[in-house]
Formats: sequence, structure tokens, C-alpha cells
Amino acid sequence: MIYKEYSNITQVDSSLIFVEGLEAPKYNEVVKIFSNLGSLEGQIIDASSNISVIQVFGNMLGLDPKSVRILPKGKPYSIKLNEELIGRIFNGRFYPIDNGPSIIKGEEYDVNGYPINPYARETPNSFVETGISVIDGLITLAKGQKLPLFSGSGLPHNKIAVQISSQAKVSDNTLIVFGAMGVNSDEARFLINEFRERGLLRKTVSFINLASDPSIERILLPRIALTTAEYLAYEKGYDVIVILTDITNYCETLREISSAKKEIPGRRGYPGYMYTDLASIFERSGVLKGKKGSITQIPILTMPQDDITHPIPDLTGYVTEGQITLSRRLHKLGIYPPIDILSSISRMMNNAIGKGKTREDHSSLSSQLFASYSEYIEVSRLMELVGEGALSEDDLSLIRFGRKFEKEFINQGFNERRGIENTLNKGWEVLSEIKPERLTRLKQEFINKYGKWNKE
Amino acid sequence: MAIKRISGPLVVAEGLSSGIGEVVRLGKKRIIGEVIRIRGKEFFIEAYEDTSSLGVGEEVEETHFPLSVVLGPGMLGKIYDGLQRALDSMLSKEGIFIHGKEDYFPLDTNKKWDFYPLVKKGDKVREGQIIGKVREGNIDHFILVPLGFHGEVNSIKEGSFTVKDPICTIENKEVFLYQRWPIRKPRPYLSKLDIKSPLVTGQRVIDFLFPIGEGGKAAIPGPFGSGKTVLQHQLAKWASSDIVVYVGCGERGNEMADLLESFSNLVDSNGNPLLQRTVLIANTSNMPVAAREASIYVGITIAEYFRDLGYKVSVMADSTSRWAEALREISGRLEEMPGEEGYPSYLGSRLAEFYERAGKVKTLSGKEGSVTVIGAVSPPGGDLSDPVSQNTLRLVRCFWGLDAKLAYSRHYPAINWGISYSLYIDDLEEWFKKSVGNDYKFLREWILNTLNKSDEIQQIANLVGFNALPDQEKETLKIARLIKEGFLIQSAFDENDAYSSLKKQYIIVKAIKLLYDKEMDKILKGQKFDEIKDNDFVQTILKMKIMKDDEIEKEFEKLSYDLQRI
Repeated sequence: MIYKEYSNITQVDSSLIFVEGLEAPKYNEVVKIFSNLGSLEGQIIDASSNISVIQVFGNMLGLDPKSVRILPKGKPYSIKLNEELIGRIFNGRFYPIDNGPSIIKGEEYDVNGYPINPYARETPNSFVETGISVIDGLITLAKGQKLPLFSGSGLPHNKIAVQISSQAKVSDNTLIVFGAMGVNSDEARFLINEFRERGLLRKTVSFINLASDPSIERILLPRIALTTAEYLAYEKGYDVIVILTDITNYCETLREISSAKKEIPGRRGYPGYMYTDLASIFERSGVLKGKKGSITQIPILTMPQDDITHPIPDLTGYVTEGQITLSRRLHKLGIYPPIDILSSISRMMNNAIGKGKTREDHSSLSSQLFASYSEYIEVSRLMELVGEGALSEDDLSLIRFGRKFEKEFINQGFNERRGIENTLNKGWEVLSEIKPERLTRLKQEFINKYGKWNKE
Repeated sequence: MAIKRISGPLVVAEGLSSGIGEVVRLGKKRIIGEVIRIRGKEFFIEAYEDTSSLGVGEEVEETHFPLSVVLGPGMLGKIYDGLQRALDSMLSKEGIFIHGKEDYFPLDTNKKWDFYPLVKKGDKVREGQIIGKVREGNIDHFILVPLGFHGEVNSIKEGSFTVKDPICTIENKEVFLYQRWPIRKPRPYLSKLDIKSPLVTGQRVIDFLFPIGEGGKAAIPGPFGSGKTVLQHQLAKWASSDIVVYVGCGERGNEMADLLESFSNLVDSNGNPLLQRTVLIANTSNMPVAAREASIYVGITIAEYFRDLGYKVSVMADSTSRWAEALREISGRLEEMPGEEGYPSYLGSRLAEFYERAGKVKTLSGKEGSVTVIGAVSPPGGDLSDPVSQNTLRLVRCFWGLDAKLAYSRHYPAINWGISYSLYIDDLEEWFKKSVGNDYKFLREWILNTLNKSDEIQQIANLVGFNALPDQEKETLKIARLIKEGFLIQSAFDENDAYSSLKKQYIIVKAIKLLYDKEMDKILKGQKFDEIKDNDFVQTILKMKIMKDDEIEKEFEKLSYDLQRI
């Protein structure tokens, strides 16, 4: 095929190049851009017989429009993949940053991927033990689920991500695909070091875009990471856990590009298609018929001002299958992991728990813990107003329960791994602060079988 | 006849002769598109598939037909994408990823159906009239005279046919087991009928407090995590409809898989798998946006077709907000002047067109059929002031508002009794009186009053503490708590609780009322609240929801007997 260069540039923005007279441009086609800055890559986001628009991946600071030459490549952004990439570290454009060689062999994949046929999906219904009581017991993760961490600045989401990645046992064939977008170098170092110390690095493929790297690469990074994950899961049979952090940075970049394109903004300036765009990332997970591997996603986002109704957590919550929300209050109390169970939920939980998977009492026990903890929160508010003296004995027992629940059930060590039996028994233990008659969500047979009241 | 510009799902071409709303095929990949605007020589086309790698200069093929669905035997139990392409055929041909390589005829063309004619040669027929039937699953699938056909039957066959074999000729035009219908055009009927009976859903908070009429319209708005989808699934599983059309519009793929799986495993009271009464339309959030817009119309058109066969149909649309976002995206690409929050100014009228296709009707063939529409709404941040919620509220008569706070304490279904309403109450009163109990209306109002009163008392209790309340108010709080735990909360995952018959609902309410009357009477006579020992009764009532229908009656008799003796 003969490639032709074009240089009729009509406009240059911070991340866009407008070029006139491309011959038969294709939508989403990749172009090479040669200029005084050297060679960059871009993608045609508006293909026209008149003026086409190219989105550039990379920093255009100091670009001289007159020096620009555009070379269309005739196909969408693609990468070549083979199994040698396991254990490697790349940047947001799939260039190695670990001093190793580039991946140049293997079959070629379009990073935008294709939607998974819903009929090809199997319901995520196998339990993934993370060894973290509050998650396993109350916000249970299922293989093939997408369950984000809703965090805030300064909260220990990275630690939790590390703990989940090192303890979660999907199968003996587990790999981690880790994508960091716009993280600062300390965070990136912490994560890579933790992975290394725990011997996880050789089971991990990392893609890292630092806060100082071109922001536009953040659009490409999750797509490259997920194309890699799909290759490893659906062609090579690995159970892949994908950790993407920080979705908030990704969305900021999305907004930046949208405003550069002069699109009509949606809520708080984010583009109206942000839901669809996020879905094109998060939906690339699941267990599929006839495929051995699976993709489980744990994206991390920091909620601006801890506001869960902000468009980023809001739209994420609508796409994902639940969320694990971190709480500043618990963090201040020194509780780790500081997970606020009331605003957390796992939508796949009911399929992944119960007899034969975890234990028969799991569902009603977790429902009771949620209900009692929510009562505890109400009563503790009341106690702040009227003092302990005005509370009834029932209310006081709720207070004792709540405190014990936070300190003994939620709270656990960064390196502590609790099995599901242990977790459930601990749940019964903290419930024993409350009279069994008050626990309306528990079946009597389970109270008799698992209850811890007699031991007192 | 060539493409001039491609910007996402919007394609501009020149030199066409198509009209607005007609289908064209774009480029070598023959991507399906619909002409949505004509300006001078320029034709603006909305592409229903991913336009990646579509190139300027590629050809456009015209069909001169509007976007249509294929209606006939073989739709039940199927799962389609937003353009009614069979996803199972697509999986076997293309693998796990959707490439949209070819057309997939929505019906099985090899399967033979036993056709029994119901008219004779020489009969005069008019459009919409029944000419015969085939047996599909548990229903008689009637074959109707296609719209635009009328006159004398020249010939009609009996026997085994595929959907593509002609079975009849009317005025020398061939009739098949299937017909086509444009999705944006409501199917005609003889007249609309009054709504006098409810769609029984088996969900206590809905049936007893906020019932929906058969042929009615309801909206379920709620923030994420409040259980919209689980509730929609519950309704699809248990509603007293003959046919359910479930449209997953811009939602999660795993949920569609879950629905498909549970529908295959669940059986109705006759032992038939629920899947046999269901048509699923799955246009998940990562599938092309424009097809999301079409999927809602595909769903409602299929529903209208079954209505015209004389069945009670319900349509669950999850979520209409995603559909509206698709409208917004196309509108933005067309550079239309935006209305509120960037939505096009015709959002309201499009929503109205959709909801207006609900109703109970007398069909062209003289049968009665109905389409009940239940739409989920996903307001940003749970804020109901968003344009989609507001426009929807003006159109529906039943509003089940989901509440994040209730969901956080795992009170499901998280329908907030304070903000929800049903405008069907008066229309349905007679029916409930006859079918449930004379005191239905009284009991319903008593429940709502008790809940509202307890919400007020709770606010006071939050200031002064429970112990400082007068005994009567303590009792009200206790009973309200019993109503919530024993009646309103319903587990979708417990086999006995997932569906609650009207009889069971009525008995539970009666039992709670009985306990309340007895205890309030004692308190008024001077007994202290703390001295009332009723734990056994409370436990019995709490267990009622997981009892079977025959058990609960005995249990109630025992309870009322015991209560009289204390």
C-alpha cells in the first residue's frame, strides 16, 4: 500500500489538528504526525472530504504548524500482543518503560475492541475470596464483576487495591493488569514496589501514565490495558483482575478533549457521552461462554470533594455492578480498610454466595449486619444529641454492636488474610451484642446453628 | 451516492433519493443507518453500528424502507439486539464479540409451524383480522391480515410451514406467517378501553399500596444502587402478563445474562419456563448508541403486535435515561440548539410518543389486549429535577420512587412510600373490593397513615429519644417497624417471598392491624408500653411472608384466636 503525506493544516489546538483534503479518510483511523517535534501519533475523530479533525496523542507544545506532515495509516489504533508481555511495564502508548524490548510480534488487535455479545455472557456467580472481611462478607466480589472503589483524596485506596490484588484468589491462573492514569510518581512507585515485594510483578502487566505525562494518553491507556486483558483472558485462558486508577483523571482528560472539540457540555462541563465512554471501558469484563479465562475489574476513582453525586462517581455507579465506598470518618478513627458499608453494594453478591459457595447463612447474616449497622448509625446520631443516659437498653446494645463491628469486623491488618468462615463467624460474634429477638432478618435455624449468644 | 463525512454515529452523504426515516446501508461493511435530516444535497444519516474504519468516499446503498421489525412466530424466548438481530445466531457466526458482519433474520426460517386456518376461501377479510393460528409455546399465535391487505381470500392452506412459506393469498397478494412493521409508527387498534383491573406484580408495596392498572404506565426513578434493575427483573418475572418484552437499553451486559439465565430456570404456575413468554432486547451500554435509541421502539412495537393478538403484554424499559442520552448525542452531532442540560427540545414529545403507546385496547380483530409500560429512569445524582425525570413524571400515572437511604439499610424494594403514588387507585377500587377484600381501601389508607405518622414521630424521637415518647407513639413506631420488616421488605432471592399473592398480602396486613388494634386498646386502657409482651405474635407476623399460601391462612386463624385471649 502506498502511503501519502498531507500538509494542508488549517488549525491547531492544544490536542487537535485540522487538516484539509485528506483522500478517503476513515473514521478512527490512526495517523502518523511528523513535525519539528519529531514523530507523534493521532487518530481521525471527524473524517471529512473537506476538513478532517485529528486528535493527537502526545504533547504539542512548541509545534510549528508549517512543519506538520500527516501520514494516514489506514487502520484504527492497534497493538500486537503475545504472552511475553506478562511481567512487563509500559506507558500509555504501549512503549516499554522497564528497559525491556518492545512487543513487536504477535497478532494485531484494535484497542477500541468490540462489544461483547450479551448472549455470550455467563452470569458472574463464582465467589472470589479477597481475604478482607468487609468485602467478602458484605460486598462480595464475583468473578467477572466490575466493582469500583469510590475513594477520596488522602484515603488508602491504593493499599486496598494492593491487598485485593495480592490476596484475591480467582484461580491458580490469575494475572493482574494494572493501569495507572495520571497518578503521581510516589503513588506509582508505591504500587510497583508493593507488587514487587509481594512477588506479584511477574504476574502483572502494568501500564503507567504519570501525572507529568501527556494527559491525552490517558484516553488510550485503559483501552490498551483492556485489549491486553481480553487477549490474556479470552485467548490465553487466564483469570485477569484489571485495576484501573484513577478514573477521575481519565474523565478530566475526556472533558479537556470535549471542550477542545467545542462540544455541548453536559453536567459540570463533562461531555454528554461520558456514560457511554465509561461503559466502553467497564463493560470489557466478564465470564464468557466457552472461554476459560475471565476479566474482573476493580477501577479506582477519587470522588471530588467526597461527593458521590458528582458526575464521575455517579455515571460510574450506573455502569458498574456496585461500588465499595471509602469513608473519611472511619479513616480518621484509624480503621483500615475504612469502608462505609451502607453506601457500598455488590450487585453480583447474591449469585456468588450461599450454600456450596460460601455458607448457607451468608445472605441473611449480611442483610442483618447491614440493617443493624444502619440502625446503629441512627442511634449514634441520637446519642450525640441526648446523651447515653436517655437511650433504652436496646439502643445501647446497638451502640455496643456498632463499635465492635467497626473495630473487629471491618478493621483488619494490611497483611491480614481472613478466610470466609472466619469472616462469617466474626459477623455472628459482633451480632451477639444484640438480643436475638431484635434481629428480624435472621432465620431461627441459623441463629441456633451459628449464633454466639450461648458462649457469653 | 457517496459518504462525505463521518463523525461518530453521524454520517453525511450526497446524491441520495431517500426520504426521512428510511434505511440506508453504509460502505463496504453495509452498516445500517437511517436518514434523519436532508439539507440541500446533504443527507444526514444516523449509523446504528460502530463507524470505525468507515471511509469518506464509500458507497451508500438505499433501501427506501423505514426501519422495521419482523413480527411472527418464533420471537418468544429470543434475545435480540437493538435492531432485532438475533444475538444467538450472531454468537454462533461471529464469536463472542459483535462485529455486525451480516444481517440476521429475527425468526428461525427453518422451523416449521402447524398452521390452522380460521377463514375459508372466498371469505371477505379486512386488515388486522385473524385468518389462522399456530401454536407457539403456551400461546395461540394468531396470524393477522397484514395492514394494507383487505378483500377476498383467494386461497388458504393448512399444514406445516416455515415463516417464509406463503400460507394464503388475499386479492392475489401473498400472506406469510410473518409481517413487517415500521418501529416508529404505532400499530392501529379499534378503540382504547378503560383500565379497570390491575397488573398484579406479586410485589407487596406495589400491589397493595401503589398498584398499576393493566395497560397503564409507570416510572421507576432512582439513583444507582437503589435497586431499579432488580425491581424491573422482579416485575418481568412475576407480573400477571401473558407476554413480557424486556428492553435492556444502555445497561449492563452481565445483568442481561443474569436475566436470561433466571428466566430459563424459573417456571410459571403451569410449569412452563418464563423465557417462553419473554422477548429480550439487549442493547448494552457499550453497544452502538444509536441502536439504543431504536431499541425502545423495537420493544414497544413487538409488544403492540402481541397486544393485537389479544394478549396482556408488559414492556419493561431499563433505562429510559440512557435512551434519552442517545437522543442527546445525536442531537449534539447535528448541532441542534440544545434545550435543558443539552437534551434536545423534542425530548418531551419523544417520551410522550413512547408512553402513549401503552394502553388497553379493542384490537382490529375485536379482541382485548393491553400494553403496560414500566420505564426505569436513572436521574443524575438521584436528583429528580433532571429533564428526563420531569418529562416522564408528566406522562406516567404511577410513580415508584426509589430511595438510596432505604437501599443503604437493605430495605428492598427501596420504594419510598412518602414520594410514590398511583393515580390508578380510584379506577381499581372496585376490582380490589371484589377480588381482595371489602376493607382493602381502608387497610391501604391505614398503612400509609401509620407510616407517615411514624415518620413524624421518628423526627421527634431523634431529638428527645425513644424513651421520652408517650406510649401511644411508641406503639405507632413499633407497628410501623413491623409494617416495614414484615410487609414492605420483600426478598427477591427467597423462593417463597419473591412472589406474594394478593391473598397473602391481605392476610399479613390484616394480622398487623389486628395486633395494633389489640395493643392500642390496652394502652388506652392504661397498660404500659413496656409491659406488653408480644414477641411471639411479632415473630409469627414476621414469618408470614415466607409462608406458603395455605399455611398462612391457618397461621392467621391461630393468631387471631390467640390475640383474643390475651
